[in-house]
Amino acid sequence: MKLIIAIIQPHILEDVLKSLDEKEIYLRTVSNVLGCGRQKGRTEVYRGRKETGGMLKKVRLEIAVNDDFVRRTVSAIINSAKTGNIGDGKIFVVNLEECFRIRTGETGPMAIG
Amino acid sequence: MINSGDTAWVLMSSALVMMMTAPGLAFFYGGLVRRKNVLSTMMQSFFVLCLISIQWILWGYSLSFGPDTGHVIGSLAWCGLKGVGMAPNPDYAPTIPHLLFMAYQMMFAVITPGLITGAFAERMKFSAYVIFTLAWATFVYDPICHWVWGTGGWLRSMGALDFAGGTVVHVSSGISALVCALILGNRRGYGREPMPPHNLPLTILGAALLWFGWFGFNAGSALGANELAVSAFIATNTAAAAAALTWMYIEWKMVGKPTILGGATGAVAGLVAVTPAAGFVSPISAILIGVVVGLVCYTAVAVVKLKLAYDDSLDAFGVHGVGGITGALLTGLLAQKIINPAGNNGLIFGNSSLLGVQALGVLAAAAYSIAVTFILLKVINAFMGLRVPDEEEVAGLDITQHEESAYTLLD
Repeated sequence: MKLIIAIIQPHILEDVLKSLDEKEIYLRTVSNVLGCGRQKGRTEVYRGRKETGGMLKKVRLEIAVNDDFVRRTVSAIINSAKTGNIGDGKIFVVNLEECFRIRTGETGPMAIG
Repeated sequence: MINSGDTAWVLMSSALVMMMTAPGLAFFYGGLVRRKNVLSTMMQSFFVLCLISIQWILWGYSLSFGPDTGHVIGSLAWCGLKGVGMAPNPDYAPTIPHLLFMAYQMMFAVITPGLITGAFAERMKFSAYVIFTLAWATFVYDPICHWVWGTGGWLRSMGALDFAGGTVVHVSSGISALVCALILGNRRGYGREPMPPHNLPLTILGAALLWFGWFGFNAGSALGANELAVSAFIATNTAAAAAALTWMYIEWKMVGKPTILGGATGAVAGLVAVTPAAGFVSPISAILIGVVVGLVCYTAVAVVKLKLAYDDSLDAFGVHGVGGITGALLTGLLAQKIINPAGNNGLIFGNSSLLGVQALGVLAAAAYSIAVTFILLKVINAFMGLRVPDEEEVAGLDITQHEESAYTLLD
């Protein structure tokens, strides 16, 4: 079991979700997050005073999958989220120790699907 | 002789000026602070409305407008509004009930200490704020108000022109604001941590309400529904627009982008500067006032303040103090008897004496405000402290001073 965490551009979210739907990957959690990369965010100006280090708005997508779904999930995200510009984001894949379905008490790969 | 049209207009104007404090100032300042301090900041505007409404009736009006004592203050004869009734007071406003003049002036007394709150935002203890506001209204506002507007007041007798309170309201509060910023000291982390405004739409709403209310402030100061009110109305709107455009133009040229916060700030600066001048100047002069004050206040707020690194948090001094002084002096340049026969001609229109009187008025009000505000702050600090403790400043004043939060994390 893996947990796939993707940090993507907010405006691309709809495309990514559609692409995941097409690959029959339906379970996901989406949250609004702030962050920045090597460009160190952006500068804002209030009454002439520069506030540096302003964070950029990003969307964080979390999907728990069984091992044989990892490759197609990642490629679905990359194919839809890639614009080729700086700031497209990153995908992290981490091992998932255990999973419980609260309603039934099922565990492991059964619970994820 | 009471005139119903005049009475209607001044009643309406009183309500408009009330609206400038809460919601106008409350939203304007509330949006500029961080989210942990929005309620405590709005509370200061709301509270001053309640507090000074009572102070004014009990003794404030008497000290400001009551029978003259030595040309510097009113006597206590009108305490509790004794003798202030429906019969007009011919010295102040011959066509409306004296009580209405009192109510209109009450709203000016309310907003003036409210303006100062921008200087000590996000760090002043609420209890100290209450005492300071009451003392400041009594010992700073009421005397200066008497000098300029009270019958027998020494600046009024010298012929200083202050149509709607450039010196009485904006110079006194703006200069006192600087003293507050210096005595209280900077907010923790000022200059090191980002402190961006938490909700600019609130600020824009507040600025627009201020602009709207300012018609009551300036055009209402004609104290009648007449030509003078119309003239003041036009000058007010014109200066606000010109100053906002100027501010945004400077930003566009100097920083790269015009901002709506800049536009709103510029508009308020324009309104401040035209306050003493409205009713004495032509629309073209009002444009000039707007452009000049836009340049001057932008420099004060965006250049001088950053260089000197004092924390006038919401620019109460930079906009009201600097803008008020600019307006008072420009009135000495641009006033015209053609606009208002009861006024005077400024330097540009051939009278060199007015500018000096205007400058003297500003100097006197500024010096007196600095001295008394300094003393009040030192005394209050000795008895109860002015600032919240560091850990309360970090947690925010909403939760530590009032035990409530503006925005909850969950529904």
